[in-house]
Amino acid sequence: MTTIDPHAVPASSQGAFVASVAGWVTTTDHKRLGRLHLAVAALVAVAALAVSALLSFERIDSASVSLELGGLTQMFSFARFGLTYLVMLPLVVGLGLAIVPLQLGARSLAFPRLAATGFWMWLIGGVLAIVSIAANGGPNGGNARFVDLFSLSAGLVILGLLASLGCLAASIMTTRAPGLNMRRLPFFSWSVLVLALGSVVALPIAAADLLVVFLAHKYPSLSELSGNRAVGEWVGFAFTQPVTLLFAVPVLGLLGDVVGTATRTRLTPRGPILLAVGLAGLGVLSAAIQTPVVLTSGFSALSASDKVSELLPFLLVQVLPLLGTFLAVALVAGGLRTKPKVSAALVFALLGALEVLAGAAAGVLNHVGDAGLVGTTFEEGTWILLVGGVLLGAMGGVAHWAPKWWGRRISDKAALPLALLTFVGVELAAVPMWIAGFADQPGAVFPAVEAGPSVVEFSYSGPAELWNTLSTAGLALMLVSVLAFVLLAARSAVKGDTTGDDPWDGLTLEWATTSPAPSDNFAALHAVRSAEPLLDLKPSTRSDA
Amino acid sequence: MIALPSAPAPAPRRQLLVGVGLACAAAAAATGGLLALFLQFRERAMAAEGAWLPDGIKVPMVPANVMLIALLPICVFAQWAVYAAVRGDKAHTGTALGLTGMLGLAVINAQAMIWKVMAVPAAQGSYSVLFYATTGLVTLLAIIGVVFSVVTALRFLGGRTAEREVVVAHALYWYAFSFVFAMLWFVVYVTK
Repeated sequence: MTTIDPHAVPASSQGAFVASVAGWVTTTDHKRLGRLHLAVAALVAVAALAVSALLSFERIDSASVSLELGGLTQMFSFARFGLTYLVMLPLVVGLGLAIVPLQLGARSLAFPRLAATGFWMWLIGGVLAIVSIAANGGPNGGNARFVDLFSLSAGLVILGLLASLGCLAASIMTTRAPGLNMRRLPFFSWSVLVLALGSVVALPIAAADLLVVFLAHKYPSLSELSGNRAVGEWVGFAFTQPVTLLFAVPVLGLLGDVVGTATRTRLTPRGPILLAVGLAGLGVLSAAIQTPVVLTSGFSALSASDKVSELLPFLLVQVLPLLGTFLAVALVAGGLRTKPKVSAALVFALLGALEVLAGAAAGVLNHVGDAGLVGTTFEEGTWILLVGGVLLGAMGGVAHWAPKWWGRRISDKAALPLALLTFVGVELAAVPMWIAGFADQPGAVFPAVEAGPSVVEFSYSGPAELWNTLSTAGLALMLVSVLAFVLLAARSAVKGDTTGDDPWDGLTLEWATTSPAPSDNFAALHAVRSAEPLLDLKPSTRSDA
Repeated sequence: MIALPSAPAPAPRRQLLVGVGLACAAAAAATGGLLALFLQFRERAMAAEGAWLPDGIKVPMVPANVMLIALLPICVFAQWAVYAAVRGDKAHTGTALGLTGMLGLAVINAQAMIWKVMAVPAAQGSYSVLFYATTGLVTLLAIIGVVFSVVTALRFLGGRTAEREVVVAHALYWYAFSFVFAMLWFVVYVTK
């Protein structure tokens, strides 16, 4: 195996720069791979939120649209694909890669070279997908060659993420410290395991569907599969709830770990919390059936047997994940009865989990046919909530674990207002979309595509201007707060206050090593006797002592 | 740095076996997803046109059945390799792995023959797209299996006889492949 000696001193500053770049490009260190995911995803988040805000701005006055339909369609594709597979999932994967092996007390990630390959597959696929979209080749695009390229590159993105998630799952199952059984796993690691195992089922199905879409588009012969709309029609399940709720499950785990640290208590009941997080991941079943499970309109008029056959899959795919999310948030929040030490990470995680819970609830309502919300902006508002929940969670995770990556902490004083600003932005972006959805505003930006190549009309009876203006402001606020957090994190990595090894008085194994953690994580293997091994050593701080 | 009690080195936890198991689950999910689409489109075509197979296309059942039958000795040979590897028997392990790879090649050859005999044009409709997508994916899995057999055999014959987990993971892969191919055989070749 090729190794890079971190202590080698290059002859010049130019040499040091080249060595540093080479070190990052060829790295198999899970902490670096995680940070690479986080950094790229943060950059794409800024771009995708800017495009989303622009799209929302275009909706304010549908009578005077400044962009032509093709451009709007591709911007919509970029926002949806980008925020889901280049931001949302990579953020949680990056956070998992960067911290899970430390939480496990492991010296490295399982299959680190596969994880590195996964990162580069994701990155190259993401770049190609963005190029395809820019060349009018995304879903509903008009450039046939680039539509093909988009299908293949989106598949590459999914395979890259799948490789990283497979490494995480294998790590959690095989590299835990002695004594750290599944029941003692830190909540975040458990939630990443739920995400990884769910994704092992969901993502290959999406990739296989992309293969069919590619073949059908490459060899056009049938109306149902060919054409540039097939991506949205056949792979759409992978871009919406409850599959996107699966991607947000690690936010619940993060909340568990952060609350435990802030209150310095053992969160109970541990088993039900783990079970609830597992239930929240049941949205994966939606991918298995490759179609949204909607409770048919006119449900009350159905016969008893039809009601049962409608209700059972709906309960399994839609309601159980909501129940799991609710129980996870409620049980973990119960730990806050012990007065917590308020930190930016706690506020980020709490607000993020609340957004995820609201998104899960709205996702269920969206799939009740009698509510009349299918195909409206209600779904978009729900999706924004889940994206916002993951953004908040990822920012909380970075604020919490930054000392383990660069030995410096992000200032709570500077980060706390950003948590509130992001939360307000997400609410402002999502709630007006819900209201507009109840007023039947269509969900896509291209509802009148059949009417002509340059016509964009919204069939809408409510005050569209107000809701779309508020949503635009919310998206702009999200953009500003994400950008500000990225700058704050970058500044703290260079000039932040240095910290000790355990700045938060943590409970789990990552706080038992130095800050920043060395390349092999731990000097010695640790024996674990409880779910909060560090609390065992700090009897004076135990509230339950 | 907090001083937790240090622990002895943990027993091996079969990392490769778990990794291969996850890969097999992903492969089964992808194939299952494609077969579900195949069934959905077949049902639609039958309801709309009363026919699913394109005119003049016949499925050659002999090579399809031979492929299925070949999976039994593949699994037996893969397990034989495990049995021999556990006992440190290099010759038997190498022979079993070689036979597994050979039969894997035979499966790929039979699939190529089916493609040639059926000669389904690529742009023949939903059948051709789904036929090539499903059989292509499973053939790719067979190619990966053959490469796995060759790499495992070379490692073992090269002297890494202590790494029995690789041989066990190899057997798991072929068991999973057999399951996936059996699904494909029933849906694409038997019920068509």
